[in-house]
Amino acid sequence: MAEIIVVTSGKGGVGKTTTSASVACGLARRGKRVVVIDFDIGLRNLDLIMGCERRVVYDFVNVIQGDCTLRQALIKDKRLETLHVLAASQTRDKDALTAEGVKRVLDELIADGFDYILCDSPAGIEKGAHLAMYYADRAVVVVNPEVSSVRDSDRILGLLASKTQRAEQGNGGVKEHLLLTRYNPRRVASGEMMSVDDVKEILGLDVIGVVPESPDVLAASNAGVPVIFNDDSDASRAYDDAVARLLGESLPLRFLEEPKRGFFARIFGG
Amino acid sequence: MGLLALFRRTPSSASVAKERLRIIVAQERSARGGPDYLPLLRRELLQVIHKYVNVDPEAVQINLGQDEGHEVLELSVALPEKNRA
Repeated sequence: MAEIIVVTSGKGGVGKTTTSASVACGLARRGKRVVVIDFDIGLRNLDLIMGCERRVVYDFVNVIQGDCTLRQALIKDKRLETLHVLAASQTRDKDALTAEGVKRVLDELIADGFDYILCDSPAGIEKGAHLAMYYADRAVVVVNPEVSSVRDSDRILGLLASKTQRAEQGNGGVKEHLLLTRYNPRRVASGEMMSVDDVKEILGLDVIGVVPESPDVLAASNAGVPVIFNDDSDASRAYDDAVARLLGESLPLRFLEEPKRGFFARIFGG
Repeated sequence: MGLLALFRRTPSSASVAKERLRIIVAQERSARGGPDYLPLLRRELLQVIHKYVNVDPEAVQINLGQDEGHEVLELSVALPEKNRA
């Protein structure tokens, strides 16, 4: 049975699409059949991060409106056999996405035998964000250790607990996880940035991953190769750990402390 | 900087952030699930109270709770000290 996972946050620019792309690749790399769907209607971007922007022919709204079949719109990843992307439409018509249409597409993907359906939510709490979370079994709430992001995440947690099918049916609700991105251990140590424990305590959720702030993330999006493929990067290792935890492994969190510096570097700074 | 930090009196900006978030998140959570009119009710009650007593908006607490199966709207106003009023 497929599991539907929404990647959401409320606030924009915290790393939802980066996370969706890397988690999708991580799951597919472990042999799972994965489809990742861009719900940001009007502002398509997942295709760029995945590096398949020139192969988009049909999109999510085309499938909903019956302009093409689902199979025609699924873009097969060039790196991983079992990974597919469903691009967002660039229409300005926000009503193009309907609850029935989304359900129809999800049902077809489930019937097709996918193991994981990742829904990359747009920022905000409008229709696209609502529909991205509505049918979810689990939610990965992406948060930066920063006041507005944490507050918006709590708002999203409130919506997950009330405005989703699982919440309405009362069967246990959506299972929620936190994923911290742009974590800077040096600034945490100096008291300039909230720690994982601070964020965990405020939001009261388990943490499925902590991705350190890293120049590799921008380099990855520049290249259209999700950062999880960069074997030399701590961000990649952190995402791979998060994928393992999603699959039920229990691993300790890594990269919470800054790499040890030499004696002289510590004395003289630098 | 390492040694200096030990003697620093002012709290770190991270702990200020945490404290502010703890308060606002608790407040927003308590309003969640309540009726939509609660914020407006709170504002209007505050205006009425303000006509008679000069209270700080922070001194008015409105909570919706459950008590033996009944919904209870609890209003608590901390009045200012007499000599200041």
